[in-house]
Amino acid sequence: MNEKVEPLLRAENISISFGALMALDDVSLEIYPGEITAIIGPNGAGKTTMLNIINGFYKPDAGRIIFEGKERSKKMKSNRIAAQGIARTFQNLALFKGMSALGNIMVGRTMMMHSNIFSQALYWRFSQKEEIEHRVAAERIIDFLQIENIRRTPASMLPYGLRKRVELARALAAEPKLLLLDEPMAGMNLEEKEDIARFVLDANEELGYTIALIEHDMGVVMDICDRIVVLDFGKKIAEGTPDEIKANTKVIQAYLGKAQGDNT
Amino acid sequence: MTFFFEVLITGLMVGIMYSLVALGFALIFKASDVFNMAQGAMSLFAGLALVGFLYQYMHLPLWLSLLCTMGVMTIWAYVIVYVILRPLVARPPLMLFMATFGVMYLMEGIGQSIYGTQAKGLNLGIPDKTFEVGGILLSSFDLTFALVAAVLVLGLVWFFQKTRTGRALRAVSDDHEAALSVGIPLLKAWVVTWIIAGLVAVVAGVAWGTRIGVQFSLGYIAFKALPVLIIGGIDSIPGAIIAGLVVGAGENLAEVFIGPYVGGGIQTFFPYLIALLVLYFKPYGLFGKEIIERV
Repeated sequence: MNEKVEPLLRAENISISFGALMALDDVSLEIYPGEITAIIGPNGAGKTTMLNIINGFYKPDAGRIIFEGKERSKKMKSNRIAAQGIARTFQNLALFKGMSALGNIMVGRTMMMHSNIFSQALYWRFSQKEEIEHRVAAERIIDFLQIENIRRTPASMLPYGLRKRVELARALAAEPKLLLLDEPMAGMNLEEKEDIARFVLDANEELGYTIALIEHDMGVVMDICDRIVVLDFGKKIAEGTPDEIKANTKVIQAYLGKAQGDNT
Repeated sequence: MTFFFEVLITGLMVGIMYSLVALGFALIFKASDVFNMAQGAMSLFAGLALVGFLYQYMHLPLWLSLLCTMGVMTIWAYVIVYVILRPLVARPPLMLFMATFGVMYLMEGIGQSIYGTQAKGLNLGIPDKTFEVGGILLSSFDLTFALVAAVLVLGLVWFFQKTRTGRALRAVSDDHEAALSVGIPLLKAWVVTWIIAGLVAVVAGVAWGTRIGVQFSLGYIAFKALPVLIIGGIDSIPGAIIAGLVVGAGENLAEVFIGPYVGGGIQTFFPYLIALLVLYFKPYGLFGKEIIERV
């Protein structure tokens, strides 16, 4: 596709091992602005590890990350990386359970607010104005994800599908330059999957977000993604457009199963 | 009946003091899942530092001494988080717990070597007059601290519910990784929590210090706070307050009204008895966060 465009994020020759397990072995990938990139592969291929490296939870043993054209320092902490504009969701949900959906979204905007403790105490009016502005923005996200009726419900009381949606809302709330979604549709029924797929597409097309996601549902991946990276046992075995991936025999062998090439 | 209320109110006043100590525990537990063994020692150190600024080494006015004491506790917060706890980030809570044991001994040791081991009187010039309301004797001294504690608690609740920083701290206590992923710096959040716990320790240290003198047994009032924490739910701020009052009133009433039948001295174990009963019916305490996990 648009190969001449500078990638938003480039991971170069990333390797990381946990004890004897080589979780990622010399993997490079690019995420281009305005696209939806999927990282797919069988269980244990290193997909989540890759996301954890991109958002800074893990430090790679070798290789480098270039974000917006600048190489990331090895020492950079994940909270700083988040502040740079990389937001994510988690495979096993990591919501602030004690807070409402709205509370979660507001925390998602934490880094965009500027008032600190002292100004909150002293310039009460300024921080209140700021709070209201962010509240308005939060309301837009709530509207976008159609979770108006649960905005006051504590996250711990929500059913699984809605929790996933609130987590997506929290990540969107940060207005990130790069949005990482770790299996946003895992464990959902068809209808819920379609909803999330639509939100992801809208976030990409209408709001212009750059998204990288991990997903097992091949139908969804082929439908909504611009580019696919395939990992297997810590190595990259293919990358390209959905059509290229569908036709790639290596992928069919490693990922889709040898005999049954028809379950895409 | 008047006598009953007098006993009740005396108990409640002591209960406020328990609440203040329990509050410090609850704050740190909320933010970092660590049971802070040093909370008692922090109150002690705050008391010692205040005495140091007021009479022992300097003769600063009261307001300045209080401010300096708060400064000292803030420095402690930074030292504890950046020197002692930082290498233990992402380790099991048990390790952090053991580290707070170390902090406790460190604070007591440093306190001893700077301020000596004698008990010191602390007099803030709060009038200690008793007066009667509806036939019940009240002390203006007790009322002052009740008021201070109430303001403190309301302030903390406002801070945690309404401010951005408070919200960030609650987020950290809920889920460390998620908090990092939205850009909240973990260590900074911890420092803020320890500073707040330090300020609560100043209030507790002053309250206990003026009552029984600043002495090393102050470090052990922490154990009085244990049943309070169990009853209130270890991570709940309102729980700490209400349970403190329950324990204070309960032990005083039990001592006066049940004590004579069983030979007295039941004050010391009665709080634990209440705690056991609460655990039996509400394992997470009266106000604690119930942790329900899907299996």
